[in-house]
Amino acid sequence: MPGGQLVTSINQRLPETALMADAEAVWVRPDAIREVCALLKETQGLEFNLLSSVTAVDYVEHFDVVYRLTSIPRNATAVVKARVFGRERPTLPSVSVLWKGAELQEREAYDLLGVVFSGHPNLKRILTWEGFKGHPLRRDYLEPPLPYSWPHGG
Amino acid sequence: MTLHTQPVVVNIGPHHPSTHGVFRMRLTFDGENIVDVEPVVGYLHRGTEKLAEERHYTQVITLTDRLDYVASMTNNEAYVLSCERLVGLEAPERGKYLRVIAAELQRIVSHLIGTGFFLQDLGAFATPLMYCMRERERILDLFEMLCGARITVSYMRIGGVFQDAPDEFWPALRKLLDELPRYIDELEGLITTNEIVLARTKGVSPVTPEQAINGSWTGPVLRSTGVDWDLRKAAPYDAYDKVAFDVVVGENGDNYDRYLVRIREIRESIRIVEQCVKQIEPGPVRATTAMLFKPPPGEAYVPVEAPKGELGFYLVSDGSIKPYRCHIRAPSFINLSLLREMMVGWKMSDAIVSLGSLDFNMGEVDR
Amino acid sequence: MGDLLRENTLYGNIYDWAIGIVGEDLAWLAYTVAVMAIILLVVNAFLAMGTLYTWAERRIIGRFQSRVGPNRVGPFGLLQAIADAVKLLFKEDIVPRAADRIVFNLAPIAMLAPSVMALAVIPFGQTSYLANLNIGLLYLIATSGIASLAVMMAGYASSNRYAMFGAMRAVAMLISYEIPLVMVLLAVALLAGSMSLVDVMTSQAIPFLLVTPLGAIIFFLAISAELNRSPFDITEAESELIAGYLTEYSGMKFGVFYLAEFANVLLAGAIFSTLFLGGWPWWTPLSHVWFLVKVMAFAFIAIWVRSTIPRFRIDQIMVIAWKVLFPLSLVNVAAIAIEVVAWPERTLPQLVIMGIINWGITAVATVAVTRAWRASNGLRVSPSARAVRLEVG
Repeated sequence: MPGGQLVTSINQRLPETALMADAEAVWVRPDAIREVCALLKETQGLEFNLLSSVTAVDYVEHFDVVYRLTSIPRNATAVVKARVFGRERPTLPSVSVLWKGAELQEREAYDLLGVVFSGHPNLKRILTWEGFKGHPLRRDYLEPPLPYSWPHGG
Repeated sequence: MTLHTQPVVVNIGPHHPSTHGVFRMRLTFDGENIVDVEPVVGYLHRGTEKLAEERHYTQVITLTDRLDYVASMTNNEAYVLSCERLVGLEAPERGKYLRVIAAELQRIVSHLIGTGFFLQDLGAFATPLMYCMRERERILDLFEMLCGARITVSYMRIGGVFQDAPDEFWPALRKLLDELPRYIDELEGLITTNEIVLARTKGVSPVTPEQAINGSWTGPVLRSTGVDWDLRKAAPYDAYDKVAFDVVVGENGDNYDRYLVRIREIRESIRIVEQCVKQIEPGPVRATTAMLFKPPPGEAYVPVEAPKGELGFYLVSDGSIKPYRCHIRAPSFINLSLLREMMVGWKMSDAIVSLGSLDFNMGEVDR
Repeated sequence: MGDLLRENTLYGNIYDWAIGIVGEDLAWLAYTVAVMAIILLVVNAFLAMGTLYTWAERRIIGRFQSRVGPNRVGPFGLLQAIADAVKLLFKEDIVPRAADRIVFNLAPIAMLAPSVMALAVIPFGQTSYLANLNIGLLYLIATSGIASLAVMMAGYASSNRYAMFGAMRAVAMLISYEIPLVMVLLAVALLAGSMSLVDVMTSQAIPFLLVTPLGAIIFFLAISAELNRSPFDITEAESELIAGYLTEYSGMKFGVFYLAEFANVLLAGAIFSTLFLGGWPWWTPLSHVWFLVKVMAFAFIAIWVRSTIPRFRIDQIMVIAWKVLFPLSLVNVAAIAIEVVAWPERTLPQLVIMGIINWGITAVATVAVTRAWRASNGLRVSPSARAVRLEVG
């Protein structure tokens, strides 16, 4: 579904939430991402009921958190992006209350990119081990110098 | 009378015969019944996404082989399709057909392995597994003819496939296509109406369509719940719009249907390959591309229907020769999200079988 | 002392030979020599058969699975079992730190000992039995009961949760299946009019398999459970419990368990052929060989089942024991009791009549159980027809 259409359908019900759009994607306010997703999921005529993927891209100045939604009844896809700033704890609400499938993927995005999803039931590292330093998929990630700290038990 | 019992936590994995690699579940038991389950993954994490950022676009193809290592062809396909979308390139017709043939054969391989290990988890002492492996070997022989490799094929290239199929490939494929349905009949005769298989799997760990969609399930496991969703139909890529096939849909979303959908999909795959063999015409198999693949800034995501579900590479290009970001939407990983719904309340044996029925691959889960 | 063994010709010969050397005064020495020789012979032959059987099982399962099986060591891989045993002997013997060492070390012995002990009452051939106990069947039940204790010992002492799971499953299952087993033995004892295994064997004018097929089926199922074999192998369910109660065992202790398990199959075959497959036909020159053939036939069927059938779940296994096999074994005992009262001489024509009645009962029971099983599991008779709909899109 083109981004322009998505902007209109989002802004109709949640004014001033969709910020900008390109041919495929729509950027929304990060703090409203849960409402936007709920809207896209439940509104008649949109019905994006399958959360295909959640991930994030590090653009150094900001992170784009990318939600790829699929509507099975309408055979359409929508790409919703939320731009979060800051390197320390870029935070936005979790959509795991809407989709159980978001749980693992948000954990992965947190683990590899350090994007914090507030309201996630179990936000901890998933692919790297407990006690891993840093978030390896960030553009400024550097491997810690040796001796390397490996997990002890756990 | 109620007995006072104490919950017991058992780690299934990372080293366990039926966790298909290094998957780990922390299961909490009350007697034999499961009270809680927590998946723990990451033991096979190789940082494929990070590695992809350090390599040229073409070099990433070899990395994709090692994701879902029983379905390398479809991984290749998903990756090169996304690359082609970045530059608006399309493979020539013959290349597309060869891709479909390879991908469908790979689907058969993957489903055979899935079925075999599913039965292995049921306790069938490797006999069905060996039967599945026997057919898989024949398909891997075909792959060897195509590209010289059996598992890590790297057959697909940006703009087509590595090379045209050699002359001996076609008679061998013909022979396989003639014999495979009989083998599948044999396999089904052993499994599908087996009383113990039925008693063990029918109605066990049922998942409703709502749950499945909510848990972002895709692929055969989603279809087993009765949702008619197949990316080969919904968003046809390569030559899938030119072949006729049915989408196999289950009813109950239980372990049995997950098995049955796979075994029926093998038959549909045979049908697709048959049509491809009829329709394929001589011609180039690979579009001429620049020596160095250097797409303009932008992003692309082309999902394909991999044997495990929706597989896609989300490529972000900054105009350089290396992907700026390469996110892998791994179906095996995301299909694990409903583990708790599937297992809590069932017995330990059922949990193992449910795990087998998900048919996940640790190479893809941990990436 | 030696009277019990006098009927055994081999024992008699050795005894006579020894007494000829040492004289009547040292009869106890002759007795010891003869007994030791017999024990050595029987136990070693049994264990050698057990190792040979592991090779046979692996080869045959290999064929079932369309592969070759072990064929590297010796001709046809015959020495594979020896190579394995040597490997196990030289392996480090690891005992978990948290294990209960004494029980942990005793468990393999407790596993192997009862199966060797049970050999005492098995009639291998016409005169080849060690003891014609008049309570032979009871003795068999008593010795086989020790095995479940050994499993529990192993599971408890390993202090491993998989092992504990396996042990709990094993004890629940073994005890449940002992009941139908005993009921079948009771029916056989009724039919033979004796609890001595030799009498049971000789009283079979036609094999009891034909007279009481239901009993034979129940016995086969129950003994499969006792042997922890597929489809009742939940005790060491490889895909669930890794190796069940064996998980923490390594080296030759594991080897002893392994050997005991395979030897138990042979023992079960021996019991089955004694109870149900009758004696030996008049044209067989060597009754021992005929006995071996029957044991091998049983073992082959056991391998066949193991390589074909998936495993049941624990609750289903309990259902089979208590809701299926137990009532059926009661029916079996009742039917045979009535028949024995009606035809007390148990001559050949009478046994044939009994057989006809029992075959009827078996057929009815089979159909009823199948129906009930399918109904209770909510299974359709032809599930493949409706479970999937194909959509042309």
